Amino acid sequence: MNGLALVGHQFRYDQKAFWRNPASVFFTVMFPVILFLILGLVFNGETVDVRGGIEATTYYVPAIMSLAIISATMQTLAMTLVIAREDGRLKRGRGTPMPPWVFIAGRVGNAIVVALMMLALLAAIGALLFGVDVPWDRLPAILLALVIGAASFCCLGIALTAAIPSQDAAAAIVNALLLPLYFLSGVFIPEDQLPSGVIAFADLFPVRHFFDAFFDAYVPAGGSAVSWDNLAIVALWGVAGLLLAIRFFRWTPRSG
Amino acid sequence: MSDPVISIKGLRKSYGETEAVRGIDLEVNRGEVFAFLGPNGAGKTTTVEILEGYRKRSGGEVAVLGEDPQRAGREWRERIGIVLQSGRLDPYLTVRESLELYAGYFRAPLPTAEVVSLVGLESKADERTGRLSGGQQRRLDVGMALVGDPELLFLDEPTTGFDPSARRQAWDVIAGLRDLGKTVFLTTHYMDEAQRLADRVTIIAAGQIVARSTPEDLGERESGETTIRFRRAGDEVVLQTTTPVQALHELTAEALAAGEELEGLEVTRPSLEDVYLELTAAAETNGGAE
Repeated sequence: MNGLALVGHQFRYDQKAFWRNPASVFFTVMFPVILFLILGLVFNGETVDVRGGIEATTYYVPAIMSLAIISATMQTLAMTLVIAREDGRLKRGRGTPMPPWVFIAGRVGNAIVVALMMLALLAAIGALLFGVDVPWDRLPAILLALVIGAASFCCLGIALTAAIPSQDAAAAIVNALLLPLYFLSGVFIPEDQLPSGVIAFADLFPVRHFFDAFFDAYVPAGGSAVSWDNLAIVALWGVAGLLLAIRFFRWTPRSG
Repeated sequence: MSDPVISIKGLRKSYGETEAVRGIDLEVNRGEVFAFLGPNGAGKTTTVEILEGYRKRSGGEVAVLGEDPQRAGREWRERIGIVLQSGRLDPYLTVRESLELYAGYFRAPLPTAEVVSLVGLESKADERTGRLSGGQQRRLDVGMALVGDPELLFLDEPTTGFDPSARRQAWDVIAGLRDLGKTVFLTTHYMDEAQRLADRVTIIAAGQIVARSTPEDLGERESGETTIRFRRAGDEVVLQTTTPVQALHELTAEALAAGEELEGLEVTRPSLEDVYLELTAAAETNGGAE
């Protein structure tokens, strides 16, 4: 098989393994949906003081989409790659003629496909349950934000594996990093209720910028669909992650 | 006569101050099952991982299938199969799917069904790997290494920690590899495993080779001393002799003349295990003194 056919081959088996793994299905697919339903039901009818006032449910569609995309990419990759590394699966793969980039490309492809699926699923739930219009005319901007964000958070997830010593530590480290950032970035609590200092702090990290860019792409209430400055910052984080990953990613188990 | 499949000259490997492999030479010929036998920590895995291209050597020359594993590329990897000492497979893929995934990595893989039957997992082909027993997982490990139809297979301690029946099944699979014409480099710390499977055995201890022979010749090293034990007047007597027939004759003649019984009389020859332990213990003592 040539390189691309091999990526497709790897991707097919990664997809099978992903959908059969209850932990990945729950945390990546079910958790954002459940979270969206709870927040949507609790805050249905309320408005958020952003862009001159929008429905809370409208606010939460791009918010939970951002979370779902980060979860499908950074979180899933960091956790599954550490597990595969410590199981010796990465080392075993390196003993075959498969080029290492093929393996990574298969996993990244898997993450991006799941992210796209989550985008469609959450958009459908938002439209059907809470009447949040799907901004079809902004689809190019939405996909642009998704691709830049997904690629960048994939790089960050791969880089993060270098800081995770064991399978048991994976979930703890990933959640300890991301959960506070979701709160501080206005993903769970609408940003009009957060002190400005909190947002300024969150601006130091990529989650807030990605959410901002994604919000601009999804919510038509004024403003341009493409938030170039936010996307550029997310992409810079992605490049930094890529460089760290190239330097520090390891294929052999840390233990033994 | 073709070149050796593996050729090692003066191989050394240090980790900081510790020298794990201290200048070993060996050759493995095409089509043979070669056992690299030694206790834990002797340098077996370090050596085999250098041959597999996972580790860099500190000194010496290594050629595997005519290439330096440190520089060999994709073409070379088409020709080798590796069973690592430990490692799990994706627990959510079945036996068949795991093999198909790996088959895709190689240019000319064996048919998956053939590999499944070579490793005796026909009845488990559609079972997820996470549900296999330890012995079945290990046989699948061999299958994963075999799926690319390699010329040379590395097996690093393939049966460590197995119960006797799982070991026997794994041995049958490994013995079958010779019939396929594969060259096999096997590391083990079980004397009986080397004896049962290998054409040639090389013993390593403390990073150095302490003996090389065939399993049969290794057995003949027991030409050493025979031990005779018995009790006389409640005291245990132990004699070491190289001429056991004569010694026994004298002892029994003496006892008969005196009308005594040699209580608990026992005549033992050193087992292969004893020979092995003696060889490796000597090397480790020397190693410690350096």
